[in-house]
Amino acid sequence: MTRLRNFHAARWDEPLILDKGTPGERGYIPPAVDAGIAAAVPNPGSLIPEEMRRSEPPRLPELAQPQVLRHFLRLSQMTLGCHVTPDASLGTCTMKYSPQVNEHLTRMPEMSDLHPLQDDATTQGMLKIIYDFERMLCEISGMDAFTFQPAGGSTAIFINACIIRAYHRDRGELEQRNEIISTAFSHPIDCAAPSVAGFRVITLMPGPNGYPDLDALKAVVSERTAGLMMTNPEDTGIFNPYVKEFTRIVHEAGGLCAYDQANANGILGMTRARDTGFDLCQFNLHKTFSVPHGSTGGSCGAGGCTAELAKYLPSPMVVFDGERYSWDYDRPDSVGKSRSFHGNLQAVLRSYAWVMAHGAEGLRAVAETAVLNNNYLKSMLEEIPGIDILYDSPGHRLQEVRYSWQPLLDETGVNTEDVRRRITDFGLQGYFTSHHPVIVPEPMTLEPSESWSKSDLEEYGAALTQIDQEARTDPEFVKSSPHASSVHRIHEEAIDSPDQWAMTWRGWKRKYGEERVHSA
Amino acid sequence: MKRIGLIVNPIAGMGGRVGLKGTDGPAALEQARALGATPLSGERARQALAVLRERLGDDLLLLAAPGPMGADIAESLGIATRVPPSPDRGRGAGGEGEDGKTARRQDGEKEGDLLPSPAVGRGAGGEGCTSSADTQTAVAAILAEGVDLLLFAGGDGTARDVYAAAGTGPPVLGIPTGVKMHSAVYATTPRAAGEAAAAFLTAAKPQLRESEVMDIDEEAFRQGRLSARLFGYLMVPYQRTLVQSLKSGSTSGEADLTGIATDIAERMRDGALWIIGPGTTTRAIAARLGVPKTLLGVDLYSRGELVASDATEQTILRHLDGVPAHIVVTPIGGQGYLFGRGNQQFSPEVIRRVDKSNIVVVSTLAKLTGLAGAPLLVDTGDPTLDAELAGYMRVVTGFRQESVQRVL
Repeated sequence: MTRLRNFHAARWDEPLILDKGTPGERGYIPPAVDAGIAAAVPNPGSLIPEEMRRSEPPRLPELAQPQVLRHFLRLSQMTLGCHVTPDASLGTCTMKYSPQVNEHLTRMPEMSDLHPLQDDATTQGMLKIIYDFERMLCEISGMDAFTFQPAGGSTAIFINACIIRAYHRDRGELEQRNEIISTAFSHPIDCAAPSVAGFRVITLMPGPNGYPDLDALKAVVSERTAGLMMTNPEDTGIFNPYVKEFTRIVHEAGGLCAYDQANANGILGMTRARDTGFDLCQFNLHKTFSVPHGSTGGSCGAGGCTAELAKYLPSPMVVFDGERYSWDYDRPDSVGKSRSFHGNLQAVLRSYAWVMAHGAEGLRAVAETAVLNNNYLKSMLEEIPGIDILYDSPGHRLQEVRYSWQPLLDETGVNTEDVRRRITDFGLQGYFTSHHPVIVPEPMTLEPSESWSKSDLEEYGAALTQIDQEARTDPEFVKSSPHASSVHRIHEEAIDSPDQWAMTWRGWKRKYGEERVHSA
Repeated sequence: MKRIGLIVNPIAGMGGRVGLKGTDGPAALEQARALGATPLSGERARQALAVLRERLGDDLLLLAAPGPMGADIAESLGIATRVPPSPDRGRGAGGEGEDGKTARRQDGEKEGDLLPSPAVGRGAGGEGCTSSADTQTAVAAILAEGVDLLLFAGGDGTARDVYAAAGTGPPVLGIPTGVKMHSAVYATTPRAAGEAAAAFLTAAKPQLRESEVMDIDEEAFRQGRLSARLFGYLMVPYQRTLVQSLKSGSTSGEADLTGIATDIAERMRDGALWIIGPGTTTRAIAARLGVPKTLLGVDLYSRGELVASDATEQTILRHLDGVPAHIVVTPIGGQGYLFGRGNQQFSPEVIRRVDKSNIVVVSTLAKLTGLAGAPLLVDTGDPTLDAELAGYMRVVTGFRQESVQRVL
């Protein structure tokens, strides 16, 4: 019997940092400017155009270093991070371990001091890493070229939609081909990106096995089809076995096929985008390739395509003439830029190190272990009476499963949101429920990557088993959870309310003024 | 203190287990009793109320209809209960033509097209029997005192009566206890009704949506004919699942409707005849164009202008002469019927003349996913046409967004 932890989260009565400090307090006072520099640039402020100059300094918090450090450590104690608990639960996000050695690599001055406008002759090492890593992703996917400029998976998918648009425009067919086909369990960005790119989007709904029927695709493919943009395996963890038929049908109609590979962790070394007929694809380096997630700053959506489409990739690209690496800006057909300069190259460095540490065999072992872990967890969850698993005819899943707590809701009134809050009382991460549209009722999407041990998974399964039992004996206890967290209850409805949410300190002050109340 | 109205149709559902199609009318009720049917409604209402009391504690006042129509159940659970006095004993007895109802009648709602009310007159069913008029009277009395939510336990006949007295306004939620439940106003189970009511009453931003009140003609149904009508819309609490708002972005029903309406309205400025079926989704299209639309009827438009309002089959056929045309329909919530329920003006001849390729189906994604994988349905009365319509159809779900649905 797995032992569940006796846990209580740290709970600091910690104000916002903008409410802390004293005027004039400083954490760091920079040294005076060298005399030589001061002589060469006597008035650096004048380099900023007058209309962009601040008339008064920004109202930043004024704190000394120890107070800043203490503040953020307290916040980190109140928020479970993946370094203190197995994050097997944020399905579709592939929360795997990010090797700490790679963090040291990115902090080395050879990386952290690089400037994007440096002369290529001084950055040959980094350019080689980019170039070599592009070759690696081409090998992994079967594609011919990759860009690392998009700073997230969604951006890379948007670039793919733009490439499809450019391709048809150059063939004079864009006006006619204005429809992109996607599937309901694909990530929502596979609809949103082509929509922003100006296409009409047709979504195929799941058939009895969890993936769309081939007949549904045939019914909508036409001379208006510009392309197919889909995820596989989808967020059910089910791999569409007819994917080659899907790409063939779309190709025969004159469309292109773009593969959303944010769910690649279960297929590394097993199957390749190109081999299943895709013309374009993307990987999230911050998922499959171990780069840490978070704050949308350090991620990278690597976008790949065939040689025919490579001319459309964002500019610039790294090229190699046999002796020297350089940035190629002469790309007249490029769809443009997706990020300033070169994107987040630290992500490329981390991923390069991660792939080099694994080797080809290791990458396949990653997928095998991730799939094994997922099915081990699934075998435990199948025993929980409050959980239903839709489309379960094939039995095994790849890297994730979208479970349903509908039976528990019907029998006890406890829903997935209640379970999600309660599980944090065990010192475990709350889980991801579902992308839009919510097709699986009362959803819970779990994706235990290759990083978590057998006992980690048993702990997660035991916690869910216990919550199911609690719901049957004392549903109110589960519904009123969490009981051991740093924050009792968040009013989630505010997320939906423009009158209530505040994304910035300025917005917070405007909406709540001095009468704002610190929530407990 | 939350004020909740409660009305129970004690005889609802009695016909189901004994193979009758419902208990509209005293003869059917007698027959059900003779076959050994026992009341179920009260027990199911009790299940819902038990959940509600668990969630809200003592912060609850029930305004219940008298006796077995509500008060008995509420009191047996120990919930504070008050029975509002009937404002006018004679009021509501026939439904049709009463002042109260006329005032609430929707624009374009047709009197002549309604099925006969299931009202059978006060007490006509004998001892222990409640009538349609009793329901309407009780609803009016409860609403007169003001409630945060009206719960009713019954089936489609009861929903119709509640609608006749309440109209499209106050929040109403059905506890499913009837035999016929074609309307989209019920929670899935009595327990779920209690949960949904509690969630609505405690929500910071409670949401309501118009939901269909449907009913079929029981007598015709017993003879093997299905004749369904759309009677109107009740405002039903809508628990937008928080699931959607946490990561996946928000999709309020309102935004979806605007997207659908914009998409279709763009196309409607061509020279074709646009024949728009009933429903709130299709009404949004007309609103987008700034033209009138009957909620329950079929209306005809050309170049963005109204051509004929509340058209019958014959009117549609007359306008179809020699012009290209499109039909715009939306499935009935919770069931998925495209044709043959509440829009019989789209006769087989009308559909054939317009052609399958010119049928435009519109629906919010929430309505589609609410079908839980079930296909859309057609029942035009012409099996050959039904077979032709089967297959896959596109459904417009937003601005330049479509979904593909199987049609049976």
